[in-house]
Amino acid sequence: MNKVKITINSSDIFVPQGISILEAAKMAHINIPTLCKHPDLPPSAACGLCIVKLLPSGKMVRSCCMPVEEGMKIITHDSDIVSVRRTVLELILSAHPNDCLKCGRNNNCELQTLVSDFGIREETFDKYILDLPQDNSTCSIVLDPAKCIKCGRCLEVCQEVQGVWALSFLGRGFNTRFAPAGDIKLSESPCVKCGQCAGYCPTGAILEKDEVARIWEALRDEDKYCVVQIAPAVRVAVGEGFGLEAGTNLTRKLYALLRRLGFKAVFDTNFGADVTVMEEAAEFVERFMHNKGPLPLITTCCPSWVDYMEKFRPDMIGHFSSCKSPHEILGVLAKTYYAQKYNIAPQKIFMVSIMPCTSKKYEITRSDEMFASGYQDIDAVLTTRELIRMIKQAGVDFLNLPEEEADNILGEYSGAGVIFGASGGVMEAALRTAYFLIEGRDMPEVELNEVRGLEGIKSACVTIKGREVKVAVAHGLGNVENLLNRLREHKQGENVPLYHFIEVMACRGGCVGGGGQPYGATDALRRKRMEGLYEDDRQAQTRFSHHNVFVKKLYTDFLGKPLSNKSISLLHARYKERPLYVR
Amino acid sequence: MNEYTDKIQEIASRWQNKRGSLIMILHDLQEEFGYIERKAALEVARITRIPLAKIYEVVTFYHYFKLSPPAKYVISVCKGTACYLKGACRVAGEIKKILGVEEGAPTPDGLFMLRTVRCLGCCGLAPVVDINGRIFSRVDVKNIRDIIAEYRRKR
Repeated sequence: MNKVKITINSSDIFVPQGISILEAAKMAHINIPTLCKHPDLPPSAACGLCIVKLLPSGKMVRSCCMPVEEGMKIITHDSDIVSVRRTVLELILSAHPNDCLKCGRNNNCELQTLVSDFGIREETFDKYILDLPQDNSTCSIVLDPAKCIKCGRCLEVCQEVQGVWALSFLGRGFNTRFAPAGDIKLSESPCVKCGQCAGYCPTGAILEKDEVARIWEALRDEDKYCVVQIAPAVRVAVGEGFGLEAGTNLTRKLYALLRRLGFKAVFDTNFGADVTVMEEAAEFVERFMHNKGPLPLITTCCPSWVDYMEKFRPDMIGHFSSCKSPHEILGVLAKTYYAQKYNIAPQKIFMVSIMPCTSKKYEITRSDEMFASGYQDIDAVLTTRELIRMIKQAGVDFLNLPEEEADNILGEYSGAGVIFGASGGVMEAALRTAYFLIEGRDMPEVELNEVRGLEGIKSACVTIKGREVKVAVAHGLGNVENLLNRLREHKQGENVPLYHFIEVMACRGGCVGGGGQPYGATDALRRKRMEGLYEDDRQAQTRFSHHNVFVKKLYTDFLGKPLSNKSISLLHARYKERPLYVR
Repeated sequence: MNEYTDKIQEIASRWQNKRGSLIMILHDLQEEFGYIERKAALEVARITRIPLAKIYEVVTFYHYFKLSPPAKYVISVCKGTACYLKGACRVAGEIKKILGVEEGAPTPDGLFMLRTVRCLGCCGLAPVVDINGRIFSRVDVKNIRDIIAEYRRKR
């Protein structure tokens, strides 16, 4: 890559040609403040905070969207620049409610942090706050448009990265607001509840629906038997809320913590993932070896993806795996298998899922099949962010807890189960078992590096019993749409499927980058979280779902075999076309 | 309904594959129907594969585009300097009271809408009110009641 020489605050530095001044300054150890530019997203030049001065003219430019040029001389801070940035912040504040103490982003808000850094102590401009109601219409996300600073990040993510176009800017000037088309409710829009908008919002304008209070109530209720499960991606991100490096695996501390919060039994969604693998691998073998159903088979662990498919691509429903997602599987097993074994009335069991995901809050009531136990299989979902708050409310010294184990018979997991939290992991895990089912022996080389990492669409080819199995993995719904277009183009031509097996996750990086994870996710952070999961896989006693002794026990004692009638009625679901707009 | 969708299909196809087609389609729709109805916007989204959210971004950005049907009688109160000094604001306030709606919003029966305009060019008659092109001069809070009642009787 060509480099150019520039001067930043009187030090010379060589930086790659074409990058922005903002990025170049970072290399010179200067973090220029901004509220609209996010490292993952293209610049929009909306907020005006990132101005710098160019010499010799003294002209001020927005550094987020100005590329460096050979010989450029840049001043990133002086009294003029600081004064302009202050004014920009004061103007933003004039259209922002003074609600910080009661706001969901209090102490974790990019605007609040900058206002504090700049020492703004008074209101310079008269307030002009839009009188817009909150939108509580979905089970997942709360919109509070009065707190929007019009940075446009949520729209960039919703429209361009995810291709969903649920949110848009309506109106103009002072009266600009973000809302679904025509000011309808979010629940009536194409929103798939992925929550990426909430993850990227710099303020409290988009938040997860907080259910912490409901969980405290349930834990106090003596008629309820509260049990809990944690998703793979939660364990490698929750530490960020306590100052630990992303990717730090806190599985056993989480088990200890959840018991101290009052849960009677602590399970692991990874066990559910192992069961998902058993069912989905069996489903794949049926289709691949015995032509019972269309190929490619497409995974359905991700509820935002399921919602997307039902709304945007109903023609592909036949390709869907009917297998439910791991936490739903664990939920139904807790209220049937576990309840029977331990002689607990299933109606008393209150099952909480700790998830990296806002969409899981929607999933638990999305269809009749989510009540397969005869009760609502999952009673509540908390995101990682809500769990962090709950730990702090309880005052438990989380990081210094002793390590504990999960509870039988739904707590043991294999390495295949834990990598579900990273994009490509479901595919890798399912192939390990599909190989075993077809070849009758374990895969010699278990790590499928081609489907790991953050490339938008990944593909690989695995030979099983002399036949090529072509697989693809897509994450981020925009990438998924591109992959589906490839499939559609191919479909018209040939009989041989382009791919046999496809994994899809709605969020970039898979669940580690979920919309309910701690704030501030960038690619570097997503990689660290992924690595935490892959390390757990390497350390696991077994790396194959089919060798998980408790999975074997589940099939011997309760389900029979994968795709048995009992499995189908408890662990599988159907899908239907849904309208993009309810009205 | 089919005739309706056919019409939208015809308008959309006039501009399909042309740069900036969305604005042209919206102009023609408003010309044809008087405003951009939600079902028309949904139909355009379906035909052109432009996300509905984008259509609404454009429609709400330009004041020219209307999302609700225009009223049968548009009452324009002049707030130019002369009319302003002669009590146009009191007249506008009275009209709002009579109609029970804010400026820019049609009455529920679709009969009236109030808007303010700058100088109509007949300051000697101030304050003036224009209803669908007909000028009423020296309007005050009393006679405006009779004028509106007259239009209501006509329907």
